[in-house]
Amino acid sequence: MTRETLIISLIPLPPLLAFFMIILFSNRNKALSHTIAVGAAFLSWLGSMVVCFWAIQTEHLGAEPFHFQIPWLPMGDTWLNIGVLVDPLSAITLFFVAWTVLMIFVYSIGYHNFGQPKGDHDRPGLPPHGATLSDVHGHKHTVPSIEPMYSRFFAFIGLFAFGMYLLVLSDNFLTLFVGWEVMGLCSYLLIGFWYGKPSARAAMIKAFLTTRVGDVFMLLGIAYLYSQLGTLSYRDVLYNAANLEKLASTSSYIVGLSAASLIGILLFIGTIGKSAQWPLHVWLPDAMEGPTPVSAMIHAATMVSAGVYMVIRAYPIMSAGMEHGHLTPPMIAMGIIGAFTALFAATIAVLQRDVKRVLAYSTISQLGYMIAALGIGGYVAAAFHLVTHAFFKANLFLGSGSVIHGMEHGVLHTGEHVDPQDMYNMGGLRRKMPVTFWTFLIGGLALSGFPLVTAGFWSKDEILADGFAHAPLVFIVLALAALLTAFYTARQITLVFLGEPRTKAAHHAVESKPTMTLPLVILAIFSVGFGWLGISEHFPLIGGLIPNFIHEFVGSTLLEMPEALPFSIVPLLTSLVVALGGLTLGWWVYQGIKAGVMDPVEKLLGPSISSLLKNKYYFDELYHFLFVRPANWIAVTFTSLWMDRIVIDGILHGVASLTGTLGHFFRNYIDKPIVNGSGDLVADSTKKLGGEFRTIQTGRIQQYMVLALVSIGVFSGFYYFVVPILRSFLFTMGR
Amino acid sequence: MVPLSWYLIFAAGLFSVGLFGVLARKNAIGILMGIELMLNAVNVNLVAFWRYREPAGIAGQVFAVIVFAVAAAEVAVGLALFISIYRRRNTIAADQIDLMKW
Repeated sequence: MTRETLIISLIPLPPLLAFFMIILFSNRNKALSHTIAVGAAFLSWLGSMVVCFWAIQTEHLGAEPFHFQIPWLPMGDTWLNIGVLVDPLSAITLFFVAWTVLMIFVYSIGYHNFGQPKGDHDRPGLPPHGATLSDVHGHKHTVPSIEPMYSRFFAFIGLFAFGMYLLVLSDNFLTLFVGWEVMGLCSYLLIGFWYGKPSARAAMIKAFLTTRVGDVFMLLGIAYLYSQLGTLSYRDVLYNAANLEKLASTSSYIVGLSAASLIGILLFIGTIGKSAQWPLHVWLPDAMEGPTPVSAMIHAATMVSAGVYMVIRAYPIMSAGMEHGHLTPPMIAMGIIGAFTALFAATIAVLQRDVKRVLAYSTISQLGYMIAALGIGGYVAAAFHLVTHAFFKANLFLGSGSVIHGMEHGVLHTGEHVDPQDMYNMGGLRRKMPVTFWTFLIGGLALSGFPLVTAGFWSKDEILADGFAHAPLVFIVLALAALLTAFYTARQITLVFLGEPRTKAAHHAVESKPTMTLPLVILAIFSVGFGWLGISEHFPLIGGLIPNFIHEFVGSTLLEMPEALPFSIVPLLTSLVVALGGLTLGWWVYQGIKAGVMDPVEKLLGPSISSLLKNKYYFDELYHFLFVRPANWIAVTFTSLWMDRIVIDGILHGVASLTGTLGHFFRNYIDKPIVNGSGDLVADSTKKLGGEFRTIQTGRIQQYMVLALVSIGVFSGFYYFVVPILRSFLFTMGR
Repeated sequence: MVPLSWYLIFAAGLFSVGLFGVLARKNAIGILMGIELMLNAVNVNLVAFWRYREPAGIAGQVFAVIVFAVAAAEVAVGLALFISIYRRRNTIAADQIDLMKW
């Protein structure tokens, strides 16, 4: 074990320890709890930064990664090894995970109103409602109150961070899956953090069950992989040409699919669940029920990124057999589903009114980008977009949390009953919340791919270039989605920050605390700066000024370095046009919109298409009809009523009545007459005899004495006279 | 000298008088007195048998003295009981003291 692998093995531990320390010891002390959690996140961050630094300095890290493993589980005559691995792909993933996790931890302190008074009516399981304070003049005013389950939140996100670090640093599919499931549990716990709300309870169950569907297939894929190769280690599976060739040439149970393809498709289904791709995308928008740091945690830094990370990681399996000249089945599936999801989610996002739900759909859409990029062979582009997206989406989510927080403050201050998350109740917040505005603007521009400056532009441009080179259809769909992305981002920024306040609450919104704005600023810096690490050498004018670090570094993860694409002007022009055009259009349509006005796009599309989009293409209703109702029917009617009450209860009742009859027979014909009868007879006759004899108990002493005297006379007469006579008579007889 | 049988006949008569008193009297004190007569009849027998059969020994006299002592103790206890009964039930008639009757 070298110093690198020692540090790497230690990185996931602090958040896990923090989790146990908080739930076991410091639950009551809020300040101590967040100190432990943030301290743990900081330690992990520090370790990650050190490891990333070493990783960058190491030459040929792709061929000789930091790798350490121990034999863990004896499997017959071999061992299942587990260990840690940092190669270029893990290193950049670790980089953004460490940063976003630390920022989210710090942000949570402010978001959960640390330092505010306890609420008047706050109960665990419900969001804080605010506390009433009176100042020296006797004026009463309402201020935000501290979250009642503050410590619990930090414990959960600590466990969550552990899951993510474990997943990123693992060197095999098994511990990856463990981290994956730990996060599944934590997302369940955190989405339902405010379990007092029925909607949050429904959302937590929905998220858990939906991702579980994908996870089962993923586990099948892992099991199949193990049965084929007898190992799960990345080094043996993904970076071993002989093993990959073997997988690609073995045919699987399904005709026409190689083992590699089947494993790839099964693993990809896991990603569909985790990264919320169509058709398992339904859980992610509902996951907005959780607190906003959770949304950032799930939708940017960790869980959904984990899905994409896993398919990027498994790319060698997915693409095994591609050297024959055409795309493999898993890649085709990824290309189709990714591109479709990108466009599909973008169209839904256009009409959402909830500030967080817009971001949720944009996340689904952007994840679709990455999947599609991977499907058309854009390994580096997918990894690059994964990282930049993590930064700007964490930035946007935390920014939206800050906006909601400011709005909630306004709502509490004015006592107005408006939804603090509805963008139509906002407006003009740029003057009230300058830091949030500027950072949100940067994040939004990065999301829409604002040219040259933002990170989103460079990563998206790379994906589009890949698409143009390999799959024109995917290219067109993704360009369309990019247009919509720019449009709804401009819509969101315009509705929230520009124009004039549309409600009193928005008028009284205030900027959030430094613990919330500082993470925003840092994430905004990365939303811009990280893109400069991946500028293609062939880009006109500025290409080559900064070396294309991402391509060199991440590309070296694969056995064969992917070649850089030749420059083409079409994708560049397309991405310029869609980004700038979408932004301008969005700003132009929504500028100066007044309170209570119908959404202009909704008016344009007409009621039927609008309601289709607003109801998310009725997928929830469809799934309710296809899965939830049959499941309910099976549970209520089939299992409970027919199987349980009629068949099983019937058998039980039959046995019971048979036993009852038998018992009745024994009781009436054996127990009662024979056993009880003889017992009663003894008792009754004793009683009767006693009744007869008690008449001589007169209670008069002198009668007793007479009786005694008579008895003595009789007995002594008998003894002295009758017995000798009898005896002499018998004596005579004997003779 | 008066023969032994006279004493024995006298003692039997005395015993019978006592027995009659015990069985026929209603008054509890009368019953107690009857018991005293029966004890003394036994004493007469004891002394007579001693004088006629074992005049050298002392056992007969000692026996009689012990019977006297026991009788005295018995009377003391008995009278105390009767006083106690009288206080509770205002009677010492034997046929009315029948709490033990079924």
